[in-house]
Amino acid sequence: MDLYLPIANLSVNALVIIGLGGVVGLLSGMFGVGGGFLTTPLLIFYGIPPTVAAASAASQVTGASVSGVFTHMSRGTVDFRMGGVLIAGGVMGAGMGVFIFRLLQYLGQIDTVIGILYVLMLGGIGGLMAKESIQALIAIKTGKRPPARKRRHHPLVAALPMRWRFYRSGLYISPLAPLLLGMATGILTMLLGVGGGFILVPAMLYLLGMATQSVVGTSLFQILFVTMATTMMHAMTTKAVDLVLALLLLIGSVVGAQVGTRISMSIRPEYLRILLAAIVLLVAARMALGLGWRPDEIYTIEVG
Amino acid sequence: MRRLAALIALPAALLLIGADEPQLVPDVSQRDVEIQYSFTGADLLLFGAIVYPDGRRPEKPADIVVVLKGPEQSITMREKQKVAGIWVNADEAQFRSAPSFYAMASSRPIDRIVDERTAAIYELGVDKLQLSPSSLNESGELSRFQAGLVDLRARSGLFVERPGTVEITDGVLYRARLPLSARVIVGDYTAETFLVQDGRVVAAAVRDITVRKSGFEQFMASAAEHWSFVYGLVAIAMAVGMGWAAGAIARRI
Repeated sequence: MDLYLPIANLSVNALVIIGLGGVVGLLSGMFGVGGGFLTTPLLIFYGIPPTVAAASAASQVTGASVSGVFTHMSRGTVDFRMGGVLIAGGVMGAGMGVFIFRLLQYLGQIDTVIGILYVLMLGGIGGLMAKESIQALIAIKTGKRPPARKRRHHPLVAALPMRWRFYRSGLYISPLAPLLLGMATGILTMLLGVGGGFILVPAMLYLLGMATQSVVGTSLFQILFVTMATTMMHAMTTKAVDLVLALLLLIGSVVGAQVGTRISMSIRPEYLRILLAAIVLLVAARMALGLGWRPDEIYTIEVG
Repeated sequence: MRRLAALIALPAALLLIGADEPQLVPDVSQRDVEIQYSFTGADLLLFGAIVYPDGRRPEKPADIVVVLKGPEQSITMREKQKVAGIWVNADEAQFRSAPSFYAMASSRPIDRIVDERTAAIYELGVDKLQLSPSSLNESGELSRFQAGLVDLRARSGLFVERPGTVEITDGVLYRARLPLSARVIVGDYTAETFLVQDGRVVAAAVRDITVRKSGFEQFMASAAEHWSFVYGLVAIAMAVGMGWAAGAIARRI
């Protein structure tokens, strides 16, 4: 079933795109991540122009995170104050991302930078996750409980001026720390079309030392609003949001996300995390090979 | 109105007795190509008649070359090279007038119809396109980039060469089929027809073709361009609405 995408200016097989959204949605439901890290590269691989892919993938992450936010809000596991600061930083970061995007486009290095960012980000986070989940698995096998980690924020965070109380996160820290964190993820969202949950969740746990139960809800809350802001910025600046493409992705991903959530309830979280780590490392390895191997296309054309 | 003009033009052209040069009366199967949701490309039929003065056909049959050209674009081409172990864009060239689409069909292979110089003058063949490079690169580098451009566009169906596919019936009626890729951009296209005799272009004629998005596709493209704020809001509302609806439905099941 061929369908013409009015902004991407090419026709695609609608079922392939819906299926792609479905797979990403399934993963996002299972692991509680947006899944943008998979959508953008897969769309580019399918032949969608990189800018259109990044711009349209952001709205898919919005759709995938909505129902998660509602669930967490009803459980009271969203720290709105923390979320608000993160969103403020995220929107600022997305704004900065617009300029970086344009600069890199002008220099002709956007593809390489996106590739390197993906490898570093996914490789780093994937490695951390793998290490930790393997340790957890060993602990389960040997029957030993891992020593409870003392929850503390990073000494650098403590050095920042001004302090606010974040009750639900159980923190009394400077709002500059989450603001900077939000900013960094906002830039990534704009450049890569990812939600940034990968960076946010570990950073909130290990850098800020937030209470575990409110980490996922708060990060989803931030992702929801930052991807919304990013979609708007793409619509206003690059004009590369393809509604038809986004709709196809959304159809697949919202359904997949619900299925994924159900699957995740019947699997041990330790196994889920090691599975996710494996997928993340696989994508990172594929991207790293892509940088080093001779690419299929030596030449690229940019109009204008 | 244009159809009517063509209908009048045909007998009028046939009446042009006394002119010593042959004339071409060309037409195309579609003057307007509309891009709709199901657009996967189009097949254009370029056909017409060769009108000789006094109705006398030459002993040696003439050749026909048809060229379908899309709007010209100013482009920047980048070339990847291996730098410090990874492939990055290392070199670039600018062309001010690269056709976004180029398709050519001829009655015989082009090198047997005209010489190099004539082919270059009339831009017959993808390697003869005048791309107007605006950067002062050495010529070897430019031809490398030009070859890259031709290769890239040929593989996405935007540059097409079909030598030997123009059929000429009784030396006076010709027809050729050219494919319009799904990746074409909107704009004004031209269908040029050349009549070649003894390596010399003796007649040429042009027909215009408009490629445009229609209906929903036109609406979306212009909405994204002119009402980008509203367009963004719609994209956001759609994402939030669908995500929320799926969650609500899943809770019921």
